[in-house]
Amino acid sequence: MNNLEFTVLVGLGSFMAGFLGALTGLGGGVVLVPLLTLIFKVDIRYAVGASLVSVIATSSGAAVAYLKDGFSNIRIGMFLEIATTVGALFGAFLAAKVSTSAIGAIFGLVLLYSGYLSSRTPVDPPPDQKPDPLATKLGMNGEYPSLAGPKSYNVHRVPLGFGLMFGAGGLSGLLGIGSGAVKVLAMDHAMGIPFKVSTTTSNFMIGVTAAASAGVYLSRGYVDPGLAMPVMLGVLAGSLAGARVLARTKTRQLRWIFGAVIVALGIEMLYGAFTGKL
Amino acid sequence: MFRTSDWTDQKVEVIIANLLRAGVMFAAVLVIIGGLIFLVRHGLSPASYHVFAGEPFELRNWKGIVRAALTLRGQGVIQLGLLCLIATPVARVAFSVFAFAIERDWLYVGIAAFVLGVLLYSLLGSAV
Repeated sequence: MNNLEFTVLVGLGSFMAGFLGALTGLGGGVVLVPLLTLIFKVDIRYAVGASLVSVIATSSGAAVAYLKDGFSNIRIGMFLEIATTVGALFGAFLAAKVSTSAIGAIFGLVLLYSGYLSSRTPVDPPPDQKPDPLATKLGMNGEYPSLAGPKSYNVHRVPLGFGLMFGAGGLSGLLGIGSGAVKVLAMDHAMGIPFKVSTTTSNFMIGVTAAASAGVYLSRGYVDPGLAMPVMLGVLAGSLAGARVLARTKTRQLRWIFGAVIVALGIEMLYGAFTGKL
Repeated sequence: MFRTSDWTDQKVEVIIANLLRAGVMFAAVLVIIGGLIFLVRHGLSPASYHVFAGEPFELRNWKGIVRAALTLRGQGVIQLGLLCLIATPVARVAFSVFAFAIERDWLYVGIAAFVLGVLLYSLLGSAV
């Protein structure tokens, strides 16, 4: 395959990943690395480097769409970014120390967990009136617009959420993904933040987190311009197109299909890791 | 300069979001230009990413990247675009430090400054 053919094919694949990722809300990054490594036989370190760059592009490019409704909470986001950026640096350093098969195996497990999450419909935590004193001190409790007027919410278990976000950052730096799955665990389950608030807030955090490890990847020579070019442009165009179509489609079935694809890729990644093909 | 009442979180976020989008679009244009140069010159060479070799040193740090981009090397221009892209979230956090300072929320000035420090460490680490 020459560079021209490679650019076109990878660009198309990345467009599909970004498109389906935006449409299902599962993010395109999680299928990008398996796509590049399993189908295009790209070394996983190059694949992770290109994926990180595209994660920044989608996060920053979609920021405007996420802001209009006033759901995002900048204080929760900024505070948790302490954990995700330090975690991301740690993950990026780790990426140079562990074998590519180990990275592949961890990736496979994260894919299986993401696939499992995609089969569930998000449920808002029950409104509980006792916030974590730390959350009050940090000014995290807020309100969001709803049909019945502004609805207030409290933030819980800040230390647990903070710890989990360190893990989310670590996975992001190691695997080049947005870590949406761990984010859900930390913000929705541990901290009890309403689904819409956590989703919009994490969109911002994903870009900042990815930037923390992207610098390390760049200086280590893991970001290849010839590969990152079609990946970044494809994912960006795909996710912008997906966000446009989003309002007009039923995503339930699509989530199931995309979830099944994610699980299949997870099994394939694990198989590749254990047979030493990655 | 600004009345604090006009300077709400929400407004700040909208300004930031527009800056981010502009940054991403600028980066994308650079990547497209660089990509075209790259493909015109090397489009028919074989693509090989199976064996990991790492990028040449000049494409790993911003000084080398700027130099390669100024000589209109396709890969250098793409890499400069990617560098701009990585810089957009960093600019966003820097702007937040400023916005929290205007709100006189010193706790969050500190928090945002710490995050900015981590990002700059990562980004400028590639200068050495």
